[in-house]
Amino acid sequence: MAVINVNGKALNHNADPRTPLLWVLREQLGLTGTKYGCGIAQCGACTVMIDGVATRSCQVPVNSVGAKKVTTIEGLAANGTLNKIQAAWVAADVPQCGYCQSGMVMAATALLAAKPNPTDADIDAAMTNICRCGTYVQVREAIHAASKA
Amino acid sequence: MTIQTRVGRRNFLASSAVVAGGFSLGFSFPFQASAQSPVKELNAWVVIQPDDKVVIRVARSEMGQGTLTGLCQLVAEELECDWSKVTWEYPTPGENLKRNRVWKNFSTGGSRGIRESNQYVREGGAMAREMLLAAAAAEWKVPAGELKVDKGVITHSSGKKTTYGAVAAAAAQLEPPKEVKLKDPKDWKIAGKPLKRLDTVDKVTGKQLYGIDFTMPGMLVASVRACPVIGGKLKSFDAAKVEKMPGVKKVVAIDGNAVVVVADTYWNARTALAALPAEWDVGKLGEVQTETITAMLKEGLDANEAFVGNKVGDAKAAIDGAAKKVTATYSFPYQHHVTMEPMNATARVTADKCEVWCGTQNGEAALAAASEACGLPVAQCEVYKMLLGGGFGRRGRADYVRQAVLVAKEMPGTPVKLIWSREEDMTHCQYHPTTMCKLTGGLDAQGNLVGLQMRISGQSILASLLPQNLVNGMDPATFQGVMAQGPEATYGYNVPNLLIDHAMRNPHITAGFWRGVNVNQNAVYMECFMDELAQAAGQDPLAFRLKLLKPKWAAVLQAAADKAGYGKPLPAGHFHGIAQVMGYGSYVAGVAEVSVSDDGALKIHKITAATNPGHVVNPAQIERQVSGSFVYGLSAMLYGEITVKDGAVEQTNFDSYNVMRMDEMPKVETVLVPTHDFWGGVGEPTIAVAAPAVLNGIAKATGKRVRDLPLMHADLKKAS
Ligand code: FES
Ligand code: FES
Repeated sequence: MAVINVNGKALNHNADPRTPLLWVLREQLGLTGTKYGCGIAQCGACTVMIDGVATRSCQVPVNSVGAKKVTTIEGLAANGTLNKIQAAWVAADVPQCGYCQSGMVMAATALLAAKPNPTDADIDAAMTNICRCGTYVQVREAIHAASKA
Repeated sequence: MTIQTRVGRRNFLASSAVVAGGFSLGFSFPFQASAQSPVKELNAWVVIQPDDKVVIRVARSEMGQGTLTGLCQLVAEELECDWSKVTWEYPTPGENLKRNRVWKNFSTGGSRGIRESNQYVREGGAMAREMLLAAAAAEWKVPAGELKVDKGVITHSSGKKTTYGAVAAAAAQLEPPKEVKLKDPKDWKIAGKPLKRLDTVDKVTGKQLYGIDFTMPGMLVASVRACPVIGGKLKSFDAAKVEKMPGVKKVVAIDGNAVVVVADTYWNARTALAALPAEWDVGKLGEVQTETITAMLKEGLDANEAFVGNKVGDAKAAIDGAAKKVTATYSFPYQHHVTMEPMNATARVTADKCEVWCGTQNGEAALAAASEACGLPVAQCEVYKMLLGGGFGRRGRADYVRQAVLVAKEMPGTPVKLIWSREEDMTHCQYHPTTMCKLTGGLDAQGNLVGLQMRISGQSILASLLPQNLVNGMDPATFQGVMAQGPEATYGYNVPNLLIDHAMRNPHITAGFWRGVNVNQNAVYMECFMDELAQAAGQDPLAFRLKLLKPKWAAVLQAAADKAGYGKPLPAGHFHGIAQVMGYGSYVAGVAEVSVSDDGALKIHKITAATNPGHVVNPAQIERQVSGSFVYGLSAMLYGEITVKDGAVEQTNFDSYNVMRMDEMPKVETVLVPTHDFWGGVGEPTIAVAAPAVLNGIAKATGKRVRDLPLMHADLKKAS
């Protein structure tokens, strides 16, 4: 048994220590909001925050997490109230299929924490997540809206 | 409304994840939301619960395109219910068969979801409304004609008032009316409006379940590796090497062409599969290279035999007699869909039952595949549809369902979730076919187009997937966008002498439907060549086209040009490229504003897109389909290319198959110019104008005409 801190809770798992955090979250802890899209840090579908830094969890062996704090998409809404990024996402009706959106929302949350008023160039640099449905226009709009909220 | 949806899905979750024993019972109900209802359905499409909640059944699959919201809008419009009380659910394919296909077609592709079913789903809503009014009239003993309804509240001139929820049980006992009159779209209050989607909140909180997230008690997870060469066979594998690895439960071969490791988790299954030695028999297919395929297609460009798709007058004679002759050859490589969610399905097979949980664009095809794979009659099989993490045509095929069922059959009673790795997904698709195209045009002394020949050489999708649908050997779908007639994808130019034909050349790589299908490359070929002709004629590309285009095609192109300010001054170094096409029953056009720097860097500043889809069901969702379409079309134009080495697909993941990201996304402006006289699709047509509009802009900016895609291979540097 090993312990990791996810969304403010110490959670036990018994995965091999080299297992990527992504699969520990999904298969051991039942947190399926974090998605598998490529497994090689290309797509961003698996983005979580580790100590506040947007991180692609498919490339993070679970034993490297240690006592750091992991936040997943399930940990953003406090007591059922959407955070302002999620709320902006809903207001802009961003998701299409939705599969990439957990990663998008996590990356945007980290971006706005670091840069409360991002420029378009900041957004381009931080938001390298892939969306095959093509929600980029709405993602940009929602980030700008959230920055003003 | 989102809360209602969540409640529905939360019930579904509760019955699936928590209640182990009752779980399968919960799932023997075909429905998620109305299973809890004590009230009978009003008809196949509508259930109204005592608390006024409206459950609308949606047969088509939601994969991001917004069809479920649009279809609910159409039903709710006729029903006259309160939109904020609307939730939805999928009927199952098995239930559809049991009930004589009361929900008709489940297939979700070809941008057909709304345009093909609008009539009968609206009738479902209207009939339910009439029954609800009749029930209230009977209770109050007044003529139904004296009743009014607004947002699910029924009133009578005497002041009496009731709600749909209160009369639904009585209404469900009534005979449905034989006929109903549908509203004039002019009077729509719910349909036609830019309403928010019904399925958003769970997608931003991580609650939305896709097939890959499905779980149930006792479930195992499988990882599969099929022969890297499509069509090759499994020669041997050494299960003993991995059977003792952590979590491994079983190692099996399926279909004579794939090895599978079943384990307690996906990660363990995948790790063991990577260590599993397997040998393949690929025969002569192992000698096929991209160059082999290119040579095959090149030969077809001048072959004597070809299927004729569109012919007017005598193109050859007209071109031979023309004052000026223009010729060009284009090519379009294989493309992969790359849905963000890789293929997966969960199956449980027992002696007398087979159940599948998966995302699919065609629930009935998935059901048939399950039945075939497990050997049980269809009536003993069932498919529970999950939302799709992207479809784009890929999930219309049920190969992954077949695999999951074959594996589950090896472990009777145990549910098995089979997940394809991205690498497996990338290398075992049914790819957008590759074609080449030779175009020859003849201009008279005044620059009028007198004759045009278009020879397509390349792969047929029908020959690959549905050979029974070939028409005397010909694949009519090859001509999408340049067809002679029909409501689907007709050629818009009046050319006095025209010949469009297809030399079918079918490599071993499986071809399939890919969002936009053959309209994509046909639009690149035709619309880029139209610019080449205009240039040769010394005319403006817009003016040149407008002289030739039929009215509906011309109108939408003009609308895009007007909105984009075509012909007006642009910032220095910026150029406009244009394109138009008819596809999926809709008329679309695009104007791309591009610039190319001295060192060859392309910037797509903006695309203005005009669409005439006939009727507009949700303008906000159409806008999203248009901008999303551009990401799809421009990704293909910039990067999309599947190549073949020793018979196998070379690309394995996003590092070798790049797609467009945020920093390359242009601004998009959408203009809707509906003529309200037909029903066209919107999920696909606009993709096709993105690439030719940009390529035409690049030609203006650089003087270079790119004819071979993807663009990443082209050198756009200014000649020094
Ligand atoms: S799954 Fe981690 S970046 Fe794609
Ligand atoms: S919303 Fe479907 S991949 Fe982004």
